[in-house]
Amino acid sequence: MTAYEIVAIGASWGGLHAVGTVLAGLDGSFGASVVVAQHRDGHDDQGLLPELLARRTALRVTEGEDKGPLAPGSVVLAPAGYHLLVEDRSVELSCEDLVQFSRPSIDVLFESVAEEYGERAIGVVLTGANPDGAAGLAAIARRGGHTVVQDPQTAERSEMPRAALAAVTPDAVLPLERIAPHLRRVCAEAA
Amino acid sequence: MNPDDPERIEVDLLLEGVYRRYSYDFRGYARASLRRRLWRRAHEEGAKTLSGLQDRVLHDPAVMDRLLRDLSINVTEMFRDPGFFRIMREKVVPILRTYPYARIWNAGCSTGEETYSLAIVLAEAGLLDRVRIYATDMNDDVLARARQGSFALDKMGRYEENYQRAGGAGDMSRYFSTQDGQATFARSLSQGTVFAQHNLAQDAAFNEFHLIVCRNVMIYFARPLQERVHELFLASLVRFGVVALGHKESIVAPFEDRYDVLDAGEKLYRRKR
Repeated sequence: MTAYEIVAIGASWGGLHAVGTVLAGLDGSFGASVVVAQHRDGHDDQGLLPELLARRTALRVTEGEDKGPLAPGSVVLAPAGYHLLVEDRSVELSCEDLVQFSRPSIDVLFESVAEEYGERAIGVVLTGANPDGAAGLAAIARRGGHTVVQDPQTAERSEMPRAALAAVTPDAVLPLERIAPHLRRVCAEAA
Repeated sequence: MNPDDPERIEVDLLLEGVYRRYSYDFRGYARASLRRRLWRRAHEEGAKTLSGLQDRVLHDPAVMDRLLRDLSINVTEMFRDPGFFRIMREKVVPILRTYPYARIWNAGCSTGEETYSLAIVLAEAGLLDRVRIYATDMNDDVLARARQGSFALDKMGRYEENYQRAGGAGDMSRYFSTQDGQATFARSLSQGTVFAQHNLAQDAAFNEFHLIVCRNVMIYFARPLQERVHELFLASLVRFGVVALGHKESIVAPFEDRYDVLDAGEKLYRRKR
């Protein structure tokens, strides 16, 4: 079995709590690198998001820097106003047009994760009020990656997980608090 | 992605073809976002693969024109990252003031929003008649638009907000006149500006500058091309000249020790010697 090298997490409305909960359940022994596209206002949060998330997890949380490294057990967030992509095990940023009315866009991140990592990727769609992430999760599934969707009934906003479920039949649909244990288990089993 | 991945090979061949046929060199571009844009063009041209796109691009210059438009990122706004312009006023304007006459290079100026923002900051510092701005881009079409200095009026609300956050004095609207849904900036702002074609991936140094502003341009370049551009900047900067990069960019190795950090947050660097 192929080991998973990357976990890509997408969230929008309600994402601060949801992403924080998933990251809180992972620790330094987690062998994959984590990338996160959380929709955020380009104007108003001056680097607050990484700080808030870092408080909830033992993992190192940083905002993506141009061509910065992706490392196992560390979390890279899409900066406000930039798309986050991955290439050659490092970060690529782009200020291209909004995708799904968003920059960062979850689809952009997930599609590049699918291309770069294929079956070594895990995609996770959490709470949100728009369909961003559905096409990206489908791309991860098409390339043989593992897919997880937050149970819409446990999501603060269910539109985003519902759109993902309409686009792909994921490997797991889980309530929020069971997502981190699931990630730990599938990564450990595949390693 | 593996080196033998068919799509990676297709991207390499397409970029090589574009370079040999049209002399535009995208071979050093960062691949993930480039691939997205190539695929967007492929879909719109009805090509099912990037090889199919290559076929169309090589045989039809009109397709190349459209591809060129896709490959030059022209997403920009006035006073984008207001904090940058605030720090410009605080830390860079005093440096420029020490020169009797200063040259500024706005590299990758796109449609000119950043150039006009810089001009406004310089005008408000009373420096506009003591500087020359060279605003360059690889794409002639966007330069033509930049020269006009007309931007969609419906964006001015947001730009005005940025301007206020950037420490603007009064209303930005005093710099433009409005007609037919366009805001056209005063000639006095751009008369000291030269808009010219220059491709960072291919062209050489062309002057010596006191300030180079190149924000969120090199994020589209892979490391080796970024190194080339930093080499170019060193060849284009006076001693103690300043370089401004985007929020998520840094001076790349091995050039970091050629600069002091002037402002860590706004990515301003000052050449040491």
